[in-house]
Amino acid sequence: MTETTRFTLIDGDRPVEVDATLAGDAVRVATAALRDATGWEFKPEGLCQGDVCVPVRDATALAGPGGVELAAFARALDRPLALDVAERAAALGTSAAERSARLATLQAPDFRLPDLSGRMHSLSEHRGKKVLLIAYASW
Amino acid sequence: MWQALHEELGSQGFVPFTVALDRSAEDARPFIERARPTHPSVIDSEHVVAQLYDVRNVPTMIWIDEAGRIVRPHDAQFGTDTFTAFHGKHAAPFLAAVRAWVREGKGALDPATVRSHTPQPTKATQLARAHRALAWWLHQQGRAEAAERHFLRAGELSPGDWTIRRGSMPIRGVNPMGPQFFELAKEGVPRYAAEALPLE
Repeated sequence: MTETTRFTLIDGDRPVEVDATLAGDAVRVATAALRDATGWEFKPEGLCQGDVCVPVRDATALAGPGGVELAAFARALDRPLALDVAERAAALGTSAAERSARLATLQAPDFRLPDLSGRMHSLSEHRGKKVLLIAYASW
Repeated sequence: MWQALHEELGSQGFVPFTVALDRSAEDARPFIERARPTHPSVIDSEHVVAQLYDVRNVPTMIWIDEAGRIVRPHDAQFGTDTFTAFHGKHAAPFLAAVRAWVREGKGALDPATVRSHTPQPTKATQLARAHRALAWWLHQQGRAEAAERHFLRAGELSPGDWTIRRGSMPIRGVNPMGPQFFELAKEGVPRYAAEALPLE
């Protein structure tokens, strides 16, 4: 029993709505929609983002007439996927390998966030100074 | 506290950059308005910094040098002695170390030491962050029950991540200073490898 529905895919912190076909736990998204949402496209060479392609072991599990299956897509990229079919939503995260590799460079990742007045501040604005990054909370 | 340090050391090229891992500007507002900072003081409701740096609890202090390199990783240190009775640390040694870093260039750690004292992401901790991101989005859509399921799943996957287990409490309508917090604290406060590093 399949059903076509709107589905929210959160890639990083960006929620994107796509059309998806649901069959049990499988969520299929059309190749073009997945490319627009995540930048990754399923091609004969495998899963590709720009010039980078990841070979796919089981292409038939990954992509069929309905499009690319989300969980298989996440596995192929070794990325974590928090999936909730009932809620028609999923969050695609960063792999441990990618996060580790980035932290291992010891280059402090840049970010841009708002202050209380809504004005944006980035870490890179302070290059050339010694920065004490303090993560805290009201909890 | 950090504002005072900024006023003291700012002319020597020092910038405290505070990041509130709070669900809204309103939660962080009392702290920021009391401090009246002239240094950057931002709100991180999406936990961008928590994810980029793999921060698992607050407070976490990271030293970043002029070239943008991490030279002292995740330290659980405090700017005051307000909660010393709970966590056992005094602020003075850390503040002295920061002053020595800024004034004399002392205390920056070599790359191998920084790496070996930085948290190591795993499949489970990363999947936990994905569940937290989904939970936060669901909460913002008003789907509290579904959000709750994913916050709890995230906590199961990464029990040592208090940015998830305690950080989600206000979002879920639970008092982060109340009984559920004390139950959580019985498991032991998450320990960082950086805590083994000396403060010169």
